[in-house]
Amino acid sequence: MNIHEYQGKAVLKKYGVAVPNGRVAFTVDEAVAIAEELGGKAVVKAQIHAGGRGKAGGVKLGKSLDEVRTYAEQILGMTLVTHQTGPEGKVVKRLLIEELSDIKKEYYIGVVIDRATNRVTMMASEEGGTEIEEVAEATPEKIFKEAIDPAVGLTAFQARKLAFAINIPNELVGQAVKFMQALYSAFVDNDCSIAEINPLVVTGDGKVIALDAKLNFDSNALYRHADVAELRDLDEEDPKEVEASHFDLTYIALDGNIGCMVNGAGLAMATMDTIQHFGGTPANFLDVGGGATTEKVTAAFKIILSDANVKGILVNIFGGIMKCDTIAEGVIAAAKEVSLSHPLVVRLEGTNVEKGKALLNESGLNIVAADSLADAAKKIVELVK
Amino acid sequence: MSILINKDTKVMTQGMTGKTGLFHTLQAVEYGTNMVAGVSPGKGGTVVEGIPVFNTVLEAKNATGANVSVIYVPPGGAADSIMEAVDADLDLVICITEGIPVLDMVKVRRYMEGKRTRLIGPNCPGVITPGECKIGIMPGYIHTPGRVGVVSRSGTLTYEAVYQLTTLNIGQSTAVGIGGDPVNGTNFIDVLELFQNDPDTDAIIMIGEIGGTAEEEAAEWVKANCTKPVVGFIAGATAPPGKRMGHAGAIISGGKGTAAEKFKAMEAAGIRVAPTPSDLGSTMYELLKEKGILEKVLVK
Repeated sequence: MNIHEYQGKAVLKKYGVAVPNGRVAFTVDEAVAIAEELGGKAVVKAQIHAGGRGKAGGVKLGKSLDEVRTYAEQILGMTLVTHQTGPEGKVVKRLLIEELSDIKKEYYIGVVIDRATNRVTMMASEEGGTEIEEVAEATPEKIFKEAIDPAVGLTAFQARKLAFAINIPNELVGQAVKFMQALYSAFVDNDCSIAEINPLVVTGDGKVIALDAKLNFDSNALYRHADVAELRDLDEEDPKEVEASHFDLTYIALDGNIGCMVNGAGLAMATMDTIQHFGGTPANFLDVGGGATTEKVTAAFKIILSDANVKGILVNIFGGIMKCDTIAEGVIAAAKEVSLSHPLVVRLEGTNVEKGKALLNESGLNIVAADSLADAAKKIVELVK
Repeated sequence: MSILINKDTKVMTQGMTGKTGLFHTLQAVEYGTNMVAGVSPGKGGTVVEGIPVFNTVLEAKNATGANVSVIYVPPGGAADSIMEAVDADLDLVICITEGIPVLDMVKVRRYMEGKRTRLIGPNCPGVITPGECKIGIMPGYIHTPGRVGVVSRSGTLTYEAVYQLTTLNIGQSTAVGIGGDPVNGTNFIDVLELFQNDPDTDAIIMIGEIGGTAEEEAAEWVKANCTKPVVGFIAGATAPPGKRMGHAGAIISGGKGTAAEKFKAMEAAGIRVAPTPSDLGSTMYELLKEKGILEKVLVK
C-alpha cells in the first residue's frame, strides 16, 4: 500500500527521522496560511502517489506569500503526468506546504527487502535526487548496501560504513547514523516494503534531513497496523481495483479488450500471456482465488464489465479439487445476473469436467466451452475481432 | 523414485482442526499419504477422523515419528508455526499459508540459520510424489507416477503443466511448488539440484514468474551443473511494471524481473522455452524425443 509524502514524513518523524517543517493543505487558503506560519516562504509540493513530480511541474518554490498562492492555485486540481502516472496522469487534490531548505548536497537512502539475502537491506548513494534505477544501471559501483540482521537491527557501524562510503561530511556522520537507524526502526515497526529518501540532504546549517519520503507498506501486515491502514487514499487507486478488494479478488486494470477471470496468480498471468500470443490484448489481470463461488464470480463479471473497453471475456479455471459443475453453475448464474451480452469463452479443468461443459453448452447463453488454455485464447481472440 | 517425500514419509498437519487444514488432511489420507498426527494447541489428546491431535509439534513428533509437517495455520500465526517445526528438528516443513507478512519470513529465515530443517513455501501448493505421497492442496488425480520433475513458483499453473504431462502419458517423479512470496524457504536451485541428483528423474520442467532474479540465477546454475533436459516457462510477459500481479513476489520493479530477461537467461542456459503455457507438455515431449529418452520416460 502506498501513502502520500506528507503522511510518510509524519510516520518517520515519530521515529526521530529529521524532516522539514510543514503540513498538508487541501485548499489554496490553507496553503497560504501554512506558508505564513513558516515565515512567508514555502515549497509547494503536489501530493500524488507517483514519483517524478518535480519534472512535471508539481513542485515549486514560493519565495513570498503571493508566490505560494499563485503556485497553490496552479498545482491544486492540475493533472500531473509523470513517468509513473501513465499518460492519463493524476489529479492533484492535496499539497504539502513545507519550509525551504538550504541544500548543500543531495544523497539517496533506500530500504528494501532483498530476496537474494532474505534480509532487509539499506542502500545509500552519493547520487541523490536522480532516479536510483538510472544510477544502478549506469554506475552500480556508486550504490552501497548493508544487509541487516533482524536479530540486532541496523548497527551503528553499518550505518557509519554507509555514511562514510557516500562521503557525508565527517562532522555530520553521527547525525546520519541516527537518521539511518531511525529510518530502519520505522521500516520494521510498520511493516514497510519500501522506504526511499530521495533526496536526503545536508543543509547549510549542518543538518541531515529527509527532503522527500516514499513509504510502501506490506498489505499482508496491515491487519496489525490500523493507523497505517487509515492512511490509504482511495482517490489514488483504480476504483475497479478497490471494488475487487472488497470481494477478496485481485484485479489489475490493463489496456486491452479481453477481460480475464482466472484462479491463481500464475495461471492468470499465463492466461494473459497466451491471449497476447494469439494476437489479442488482455483488459485485466483477475485472480478469483481458491474458492470461485457464485457471489465472487458475479462480482468479478461486474468489475470486468465496468471497463468499457472489454469486448469479450475468457474464464479459465483449473478447479483441481473444486468441482467443475459447481463452477459452471456459478458462471451461468453470474452471467444471467449481469445479463452478459459479450462473448464468453470458458475453459474448465478438474473434477466432473464433462458435466461442467454440458451445463455451459445447455445454458442457452452465449457461452463457448474450450478444451485447453490455447483453445480458449484462440476462440476469444477470434470472437472479439 | 522421487525427491523430498515418498511412501515412507510420515506427515503431521499443523492447524489440522481448522476447516482448510482438515479438508486437505483428509484429501491426503484418501490419496494414500501417511498422515500420522495433527497439531492444534489446546486440542491435544483428542482424535479427529482417526488422527491423533497434539498440543505441540514436538509431542506429535515424539509420539508418532512424524518427520514432515504441513502448515495450514492462518497468516498471523504461520511464521511461529514454521519456527516450532524447525525447533522440533523435522526433516521438512511445507507451509501452504498465503499472506504471511514478509518481515515475519525475514525473521523465520534468520531463525533457520544453522538448523537442518528444510522449508518449502510459504504461499505454495505443496509437494507431491505421485502414487506415494501428497502434501498440500493440489488435486491428486491429475498426477501420474513417472520420471519428470516439476518445480514452479505458482500453484494452478503447476497443475496445468502436470495435467499436460499426464495427458501425454509422461509421469512425474515429484512436483514441487516453491511459492510466490519474495522471501521463502527453498528456491529453484535447491530443487533443481535435488532433481539433478535423483537417479529416477530424467528431465525437469521449471515454471517461473516475473519479479526478482531467482530464475536468472537458476538458469546460470542449469548451464553449469545440470545434465538433464529442462523445459521452462515464465508467466507475466504481459504484466506492466510496478504492479503486483497477485503474488507478493510477482512485481517488476526498477526495471528488474521482467519476463523478457528471464526467457533470455533460460535460452542462454540451453533451457527449452515453451512458446505458451499450453505447450509445456508438448515441448517436453519433443525434447525427450530429441534426446532419445522418450520411450524410457513414457508411462508403460
